[in-house]
Amino acid sequence: MTTIILALVIGAAFGAVLDRIGATNPSVLINMLALRSLNLMKAILLAIGTAAVLIFAGQMTGLVDVAHMSVKTAYWGVLVGGMLLGFGWAITGFCPGTGVCAAAAGRRDAMVYIVGGLLGAGAYALAYASIKDTGLLDAIWGGKVTLGAVPGLDNPALLPGVRGDLLGIVMGALFIIIAFALPSRPRGGHAVGAVPAE
Amino acid sequence: MAVDWRLGGVLLGFVFFLALMLVKPIGVSTQFVIADGVIADTVASEVIYQDAEGDWTSDNPYLARYASKIANPLNYGFVFVIAMAIGGALSSRLRNGVARIERSIPAIWQANFGDGAMGRMAVAFVGGFIVLFGARLAGGCTSGHMMAGMSQTAISGFLFSLGVFATAVPTAMLMYRKEG
Repeated sequence: MTTIILALVIGAAFGAVLDRIGATNPSVLINMLALRSLNLMKAILLAIGTAAVLIFAGQMTGLVDVAHMSVKTAYWGVLVGGMLLGFGWAITGFCPGTGVCAAAAGRRDAMVYIVGGLLGAGAYALAYASIKDTGLLDAIWGGKVTLGAVPGLDNPALLPGVRGDLLGIVMGALFIIIAFALPSRPRGGHAVGAVPAE
Repeated sequence: MAVDWRLGGVLLGFVFFLALMLVKPIGVSTQFVIADGVIADTVASEVIYQDAEGDWTSDNPYLARYASKIANPLNYGFVFVIAMAIGGALSSRLRNGVARIERSIPAIWQANFGDGAMGRMAVAFVGGFIVLFGARLAGGCTSGHMMAGMSQTAISGFLFSLGVFATAVPTAMLMYRKEG
C-alpha cells in the first residue's frame, strides 16, 4: 500500500514538473531538438546533474540505499533503439512520458501517438524472439556497467580504479556546469510566440 | 506559463532523486507493454496464465517477462504512469490548459505544414509506433535511460542518449525549418 501511495505522489510530481518545464508541449520539444531554443535542454541537464549529486552524496552519507540503484544493461540494441526513438521523438515532439501527459491534458495528437505507441510496443513483443536471435540484445562492456566502481554495488565499471560515487558527483557537477554554459538560443534570434524569453 | 529552467531543472532533479531514494528509478515505456498485455488478455483469454508452480507466464517470450505485472497492474510502475498523467493534466489545467486549435495541431506543425489535422495525426501515429518500438528495443526511454540512467552514471544511458540525439537533431532541423 505504501508503494502505491508513493507511486501516486512521485508520479504526479513528475508529471506536473514535466508540464511546468514545457516538456508536454511538442513545439517546445521540437524547437529544442532543432537546437533553436535550449531552455528545456538546460533544465534536463540541470535535473540529471542535480539528481546525480544528490544520489551519490546521499550514498556517501548513508541517506540513500545503494540497493535502490537500478543500472540497465548496455547492448547494441540500446543504441539502435535510441536512434529509432530519436527519429520518432523529432517528428512528433513527444517521448513516451510527455506524450502520456500531453494526452491527459487534452491533446488529441498525443492520444493518437499513444495508440501508435501501444501498437509499436506490441509489435516489439511479437518481434522479440527474432531480434534476440540477431545478437542485438547481447550485453556489451560487461552489461550493467557504470562509469566508476560504485561502493556496495557489484556492477562492472568502465573505470574500475575510480570510486563511482565520487565520479558520480563530479559527473553531476559537470552536467550542472554545461546546463548553465549552454546558450538559450544557439542559432540566434528571438523566440516566436507568447513565450517570453527568460 | 512555464517556469524558469533553473527552478524546473532543480525540481525535476529532486523528483528523480526522491524516486530512487524512496522506491526505485523512474521509468515509463515498460508500462506500454503492461497496458498491451492487459488489453490483449481482456480481448483474448489466456494471453497470460499461471504455470504449474502458480507463476504467471505467457507463450510470448517478451510478455512472459512481465506476466506477473500484467496479472496485477496495480503495481508501482503502472500506478506511477497513471499518476504522472494526472499530475501533468492538473498542472496544465491550472495554467488554463491547452488552446482549442493547439489540441489537434501544435503551433510548430501549423507554422511548417499549415492547419490540416490529418497529416499531423498520421505523423503522431507513425511516430508513436516508432518511439515505443525503439524504446522497448533499447530497454527504456527518455525517462528510464536518459534521465534516470545517466544520473546513476549508467553507460547504457549514455549509449542511448547518443543514439537519440544522432537522429533526433538532424530530423528536427530538416523537418521543422520554421519555429512554431
